Amino acid sequence: MLPTRRFPSISLAALISRNSSVALLRRNSTVAEPPPAGGHLPSIATSQILRTTRERALRTPGLTWNEDEASSSIVNIGRETRKMNVYQASSIALTKDDNAVVFGEDIAFGGVFRCTMGLTEEFGRERVFNTPLTEQGIAGFAIGLALMGHTAIAEIQFADYIYPAFDQLVNEAAKIRYRSGGQYNVGGLTVRTPTMSVGHGGLYHSQSPEGFFMGASGLKIVIPRSPIQAKGLLLSAIRDPNPVIFMEPKILYRSAVEQVPIDDFALPLGRAETLVAGADLTLLSWGTPLYHCETALHMLASPAPPLAPHVPAALRTAKVELIDLRSILPWDAETVAESVARTGRLVIVHEAGMTAGAGAEIAAEIQKRCFLKLAAPVKRITGWDTPVGLQYEKFYIPDAVRILDGIVETLSY
Amino acid sequence: MASLVRLRASRRLPQLVRGIQTSADTTLLAEKPSDLSKPFMVKLHEDSFQSYLCDKPELDVQVSKDQLLGMYKQMQTMRRMEMAADALYKAKLIRGFCHLAIGQEAVSVGLESGITPEDRVITAYRCHPFAVLRGGTIKGVIGELLGRQAGMSNGKGGSMHIFTPSFFGGNGIVGAQVPVGAGIAFAQKYMEKETATFALYGDGASNQGQVFEAYNMAKLWNLPCVFVCENNKYGMGTSAERSSSNTSYFTRGDKIPGLQVNGMDIIAAKHAVEYARKWTVDDKKGPLLLEFVTYRYGGHSMSDPGTTYRTREEVQRMRSTQDPIRGLQRYIEEWGLASEQELKQLDKDAKAEVDAAVEEAKASPEPLIKDLWTDIYYKGTEPPSMRGREREEVHYY
Repeated sequence: MLPTRRFPSISLAALISRNSSVALLRRNSTVAEPPPAGGHLPSIATSQILRTTRERALRTPGLTWNEDEASSSIVNIGRETRKMNVYQASSIALTKDDNAVVFGEDIAFGGVFRCTMGLTEEFGRERVFNTPLTEQGIAGFAIGLALMGHTAIAEIQFADYIYPAFDQLVNEAAKIRYRSGGQYNVGGLTVRTPTMSVGHGGLYHSQSPEGFFMGASGLKIVIPRSPIQAKGLLLSAIRDPNPVIFMEPKILYRSAVEQVPIDDFALPLGRAETLVAGADLTLLSWGTPLYHCETALHMLASPAPPLAPHVPAALRTAKVELIDLRSILPWDAETVAESVARTGRLVIVHEAGMTAGAGAEIAAEIQKRCFLKLAAPVKRITGWDTPVGLQYEKFYIPDAVRILDGIVETLSY
Repeated sequence: MASLVRLRASRRLPQLVRGIQTSADTTLLAEKPSDLSKPFMVKLHEDSFQSYLCDKPELDVQVSKDQLLGMYKQMQTMRRMEMAADALYKAKLIRGFCHLAIGQEAVSVGLESGITPEDRVITAYRCHPFAVLRGGTIKGVIGELLGRQAGMSNGKGGSMHIFTPSFFGGNGIVGAQVPVGAGIAFAQKYMEKETATFALYGDGASNQGQVFEAYNMAKLWNLPCVFVCENNKYGMGTSAERSSSNTSYFTRGDKIPGLQVNGMDIIAAKHAVEYARKWTVDDKKGPLLLEFVTYRYGGHSMSDPGTTYRTREEVQRMRSTQDPIRGLQRYIEEWGLASEQELKQLDKDAKAEVDAAVEEAKASPEPLIKDLWTDIYYKGTEPPSMRGREREEVHYY
């Protein structure tokens, strides 16, 4: 779509550097004063959401091992873990399925985010190959391949470029099972694509298009929050007998680090995960904003002096339940409704604009299911209904202070 | 003024260039066959083909009586089926969209005659004959159009959505099936199958961007994909000349060689398909572009009378002078393969077959209400519930 579509290498280097990601996160929040050295707020680097030890990684809720002969005798505690990203999920999928192929723009040398690095060397150019810059063609081609029973793992380089492929995904991939009366399906299709803002992506590298796919029954949309989640959910997505669009929050590629079990495992699609239990308010999000939510919860409990006047003391002990939706379509309405029925309050956070974003559907459904239990209107904290302007990006994304403000407003409604 | 004259002269020039001819009955016997039970040679008209970056097929073609009579029966049956669909639509039994291929029978029957059951075919919405020829049934097609359980997609698809194991539909979005065809061809190459994919589209779809995306990928990766442009001269209600800067569709694949074919002469059509299959499968030369120059007698769809953008005289002239079925009928009669009486019997058989299938399809019930929610996700992986037709109707899986 754009001749200068790729991040200049200097930006990529900045993205890869953990330090700069941390700095970026701080820039994204609108704390009046910079936190003291070492920080009193969690960042992605120190997030409790991330499972940075082997023991915690192996206790990931919902994790099931995809056993094979080699590892089936290993008990849970003995399994190895390693720091890694989505590369290993693709590698396992390719190893265990001869009909699996990986393709996309520039993926043969690893892709702009190095997610597929080493795959070409490992599996050869027949199975891991570059495509032309042809998003609609990639999607159509992948659908054809999947129609033949193959496992097609396609990459759209940025979620912002998925729009040319929208017709193929919505009209062909989502509907082929239904319109052929069950004769054909593209269950082997998985489309990976980096999504959400990066702090300096601007108009065409920071969008979150998941909401546009909400009406496409037949598709699944999955957004992981961390390396363990990315691996387990991606393996589930690849093996799910339905077409899945797997959106990977691009800022988390390098900044979110976990010990990831190296064995083949799955995490369930269509299930939300409760990260922090609570009784007073349900905070629902997915992808990058989960970390801002975590920061906001700390701000709520112990606001920094400049924020303190805005956080009533009575609210600081509120127990907020933090839920990662993970699957956006179909979304886990049961878990969310069960939570809201207990807490009576729901705040939804997503990076896409508010109008008809995924939060609109969730808010409508929860208001229907929990109408008599609600103590406050469902609150949506989202990007603005504007393009993601480069100079305004840090104002566009819902940061910790905006989330805190939404929580305070909803709790004191 | 001088320049104006030159301009006029140059505008006339293309008409002087010899183009393809689309008569249905210009093939001649090479020599009078002595024994009609054995294959014999015929010679195609020298203007049956135009080529781009490749040699034209030989004009001497071997045919046999059984083959020609078989194709005659198939073309006649396909036309009868489309006419039955037309009548059912006008009787308001078929609703929605319906695109008929009356006039284009030589393409579908010629294609099927030149390929093997292991080859794959994907086309756009003018798909009924392909669905039957690729292993479907007339009852299945008519049932699908009527929205009945007997339909090939169990009544859930409709006119544009008919599939068989070797036929990938039936696709409603103009041009969307073409890159899908490239992906199918890639799977054939990946599995080292000695087969090809024939991805069909019309002259209207030729201007879709994704068609060019598919050309590029197919040539880049040398896929066994034959791009088949059915040029029926009108993309919906706009003539090829008004929509395309280059109406020589067989030349639009850039580095992909192309062949323009008289799509009204069934013998030329079949011969070209065999040429294309040899090109991609036997000789492994990569993709090829086939353009069949044909004509649709009816409108684009049932809501288009088909006479607002072309004259009735034009349609009438094509029907009376270039009809593919009449052309083959003339060959059969002139070459002494069958009598008029025998052909009439084939016509009657075709009509009877279609009539019986229509009655069976009509007797089939409509899909069950519960099937509104099936085949959306793989069974067992659905969301817990989905909404139904009205506010309070929710289906729980």
